[in-house]
Amino acid sequence: MFELLSFGPNGWGGQLLGGAAMTVAVSVSAFAFGLVFGSLGASAKLSRNLALTGVAELYTTVVRGVPELLVIYLLFFGGSGMVMAVGRVFGYDGYIELNAFSIGVLAVGLISGAYSTEVIRGAVQAVPHGQIEAARACGMSRWLILRRILVPQTLRYALPGLGNVWQLTLKDTALISVTALAEIMRVSHVAAGSTRQPFLFYTTAAVLYLLLTTVSTVAFERAERYANRGVRRA
Amino acid sequence: MNWELMWDSVPTLLRGVPVTLELVGLALLFGAAVAFAVALLRLYGNRVTERLMAAYVFVFRGTPLLVQIFLIYYGMGQFELVRSSFLWIYLREPFWCAILALTLNTGAYTSEILRGAILSVPQGQIEAARACGMSRTLLFRRIVMPVAIRQMLPAYGNEVILMVKASSLASTITLLEITGIARKIIAQSFAVFEVFIVAGSIYLLLNFLASRLIRYAEWRMTPYLRARG
Repeated sequence: MFELLSFGPNGWGGQLLGGAAMTVAVSVSAFAFGLVFGSLGASAKLSRNLALTGVAELYTTVVRGVPELLVIYLLFFGGSGMVMAVGRVFGYDGYIELNAFSIGVLAVGLISGAYSTEVIRGAVQAVPHGQIEAARACGMSRWLILRRILVPQTLRYALPGLGNVWQLTLKDTALISVTALAEIMRVSHVAAGSTRQPFLFYTTAAVLYLLLTTVSTVAFERAERYANRGVRRA
Repeated sequence: MNWELMWDSVPTLLRGVPVTLELVGLALLFGAAVAFAVALLRLYGNRVTERLMAAYVFVFRGTPLLVQIFLIYYGMGQFELVRSSFLWIYLREPFWCAILALTLNTGAYTSEILRGAILSVPQGQIEAARACGMSRTLLFRRIVMPVAIRQMLPAYGNEVILMVKASSLASTITLLEITGIARKIIAQSFAVFEVFIVAGSIYLLLNFLASRLIRYAEWRMTPYLRARG
């Protein structure tokens, strides 16, 4: 049994480790992507522009209300077409083929972004209005207020929520295995098929995911403690 | 946009709705029972049951649902013991494997919601009930549970929506529910956007109805918050 999980020529250890690295790579990229989407979405939702608010509202409602798998299929089967359509707008007529990694990052990033939007929006609204007024009274410009007052505090308020979004993102990357990208789930599936040991390999996959989620829980706890170092506690 | 194809895919996709509803309904029903038992064992059990249940919740919340589904569907059949037992009639069916995975998954999440709700019941109410001479079970039935259920409803509403979405993973083990059918149509016709819009709308409608239902339950359970007319 342990020979199958070893790093030797007959073992799947190396591939599983590679799969874990791929899962981390997809998760981190998708989460970062999601943060960008989330910030854009949150600022759109908080703007007074009705069209922007409407688009952001549609985005979060659809992506949060539709199964993740369906979003992944949409991008898996239709992603290249969408990118080419965008390319045509900018005058590029060539054929663009997205690889499985970009599709995965794009799909999971879109999903992650919808949840991040809500978290960031809530965090921005949690910053006391008096502080913004005080900053304005000090003569700060809009950008300076954003940089010195709003963003640092939003980050602190958003951190617990973003921790949850990260865990969701990490687990959603398992669904990318339907696009045959060699992440944990895909490698386990292939290994399970060729060795006829599904229980062993899916348990290994579960353990790998547990390790990743546990480590990230600890990391986010640390980050929260660091972010709240200036806050007095009762 | 191929409107004709889009229109034609509506009845086909709607045929997946009963399967999705069955998956979600049964998983939520069994999951509620699991969650109830787990929450009680964590709160009122001894140290062993407490640890065991905490481990169960940790494992099922920390791994993707897809791993759980594959582990049950592909993994269980590997053991001769399982295949020769009476359980095999159920465990060889993808439908019951999906139900089992979804049940265990939602059971873990719901037990945490329920546990938090039970812990949030004000101590004063429990003291008052005890002062009235209620027994432990009567106190639990009449005071703790009603207050806790009311408290947990908003969070449980989210869990219901998550379950509607999670049921789509059953398509990975050959079940033809809405997502499974959608995938099939896409593979045959390459009408990605048309099918996505129809299937997505069905899910949005289901989730909308689910959230309305929960909202209504919340309204029914909080008559004291309404203005007296």
